[in-house]
Amino acid sequence: MRNRLLIGTTLALMVGWLLPVLTNVAAQAPASPAYRAPRTPDGKPNLNGIWQTMNTANWNIEAHPAGPSPARELGAAGAVPAGLGVVDGGEIPYLPAARKKQQENYANRLKLDPEIKCYLPGVPRATYQGMPFQIIQSTKHIMLIHEFAGAVRTIYMTDQTEAPADSWMGWSNGRWEGETLVVDTKGFNDLSWLDRAGNFHSDALHVVERFTPRSPETITYDVTIEDPKVFSRPWKMSMPLYKHVERNAQILEFRCVEFVEDLLYGHLRKQPAK
Amino acid sequence: MKRIVLGAVAAVFLAASVPAEQTPSAQTRAALQNRAVQNTAAYKAPRTPDGQPDLQGFWTNSTYTPLERPDGVTKVFYTPEEAEAAIKLAIQRESTQTEPGTTADVHYDFSQFGLDRSQSTFVRNLRTSLIVDPPNGKIPPLTEEGKRRTAQRAEAAKKLGGRWDSAESNQLDDRCLIMAGPGPPMMDAAYNSNYQIVQSPGVVMILTEMIHDVRIVTLDPSTGSPRAESRGDGRMLVDPKVRQWMGVSRGRWEGETLVVETTNFNGKNPFRGSDENLKVIERFTRLSDDTIEYKFTIDDPTMWTRPWSAESAMKKTVGPIFEHACHEGNFGLYNTLVGARLEEKRQAEEALKKGSK
Repeated sequence: MRNRLLIGTTLALMVGWLLPVLTNVAAQAPASPAYRAPRTPDGKPNLNGIWQTMNTANWNIEAHPAGPSPARELGAAGAVPAGLGVVDGGEIPYLPAARKKQQENYANRLKLDPEIKCYLPGVPRATYQGMPFQIIQSTKHIMLIHEFAGAVRTIYMTDQTEAPADSWMGWSNGRWEGETLVVDTKGFNDLSWLDRAGNFHSDALHVVERFTPRSPETITYDVTIEDPKVFSRPWKMSMPLYKHVERNAQILEFRCVEFVEDLLYGHLRKQPAK
Repeated sequence: MKRIVLGAVAAVFLAASVPAEQTPSAQTRAALQNRAVQNTAAYKAPRTPDGQPDLQGFWTNSTYTPLERPDGVTKVFYTPEEAEAAIKLAIQRESTQTEPGTTADVHYDFSQFGLDRSQSTFVRNLRTSLIVDPPNGKIPPLTEEGKRRTAQRAEAAKKLGGRWDSAESNQLDDRCLIMAGPGPPMMDAAYNSNYQIVQSPGVVMILTEMIHDVRIVTLDPSTGSPRAESRGDGRMLVDPKVRQWMGVSRGRWEGETLVVETTNFNGKNPFRGSDENLKVIERFTRLSDDTIEYKFTIDDPTMWTRPWSAESAMKKTVGPIFEHACHEGNFGLYNTLVGARLEEKRQAEEALKKGSK
């Protein structure tokens, strides 16, 4: 692990100027290779702050037209906005049976989408779910604190281990490659989805995220998804993260468990005696 | 059921924790002196890269010391021997074994399926109560308004129905909404009382193992970390309309001590009967490499005739903290509701049978 890290760091130093170009996907304006982020007191690129995506990836990471609300009562307020997609190459390389399962997921999304049940969102969905998240950066641990369901990720920068067991948010080890924070996450369960369109993964999911500062208030977020049980090859997503610059910006509670109790357990409510 | 599963998972990761010593060694005696404060007055905490006293790492506030002084106890401190005896008694009470194969044996046995307090690191303390003020170690009397609100709350709970009538009428921890750990104030949660603290310029984050609850303490830019990102005073104000389960926490450094003030509670998770006007003031001071002194003051003028204060500590423990996905695996709540409805059905059928005879 240490050797790999060393090699990684060395490589990163050698080709550091190339990285922003290599990680860039067609849809995104290239980050200026000259941009060098401000440093934290311990000398690392400073990613601290409250960040959020500005796209419709949580509705569907693939390109999609606008559509009606899946819950009739919400009318236009719950309708799906169109999106150009965030998947590199446009389409997710599903294995044939997996594409079929995604379509079934989509057809039954009101019953099956874990987001509706206030379950932990998984990775990378937590990043683009639409709510803000805060990066809290220390030397040993980098914390990602998400507003949705209070989901939290610890990125181990020094005391790295294999995932001790499967979990919703996975087990994340991180390293710096020049300006880029690279986060390698494994140890997922097979219960979270990638979006509201039923895009999914198995417990063989392996996510590599690259956070590259591209300006004082934007980060380029590149994700590589690997899951041989579901996809025919690794594939990529890319999108910018935008920093909250409001003076009073902060993560607020979205403890959604109480918002879904009636939905999940309402049918088990005691009925008044007849 | 969820507790057993989660406890078992926790057991795997905490198995390396230090077991409680059974006899008071010289070391334990020293540890028992929570007032070791005086002895370590010269201690200066290491600094984070931005110059804050460093509170980072994995900690536990697990303890057998009760919040209120037990009835019949009049002194403030036990002797080390008395403290040991009290701990032993409490451990015994928690870990009583039943006869295998009997109905009574079907129960949560935390010493088997999880880690109870005695099996992991816990804070030793000569104090007979965590409450240090009022001096009698008891929560002060309620105000008249406090009594009215308490009665009102009991009435509202009664209207919601019995514990297993619905999810909403069950208790907060069974619903995976919030547990005793995160507070504030942060209290021993009977098991998994583990925390992780991470600091960054202008921010102290406290992750509570129980239901992955995170408190982000924003430091006052004027008195906080010297390199706190200055965003003006606007960030310190939160509209009183914003109400949260864990409130809104603001912090400042007073020398070696992190002072955190929390307001904007929603009052739905009362601390010993507090309401939404609760203000909690916490003071964290690192006393040694493995101890953070933790003091808090409860100020809720609508409920209590005076503010009251308690004192405990956080002990260094072994990380990492694993994901506590409570709601996602809450079969316990589902199954008890199903069971309660089936029992009602059975009783109704029985009554019908009796009636037709």
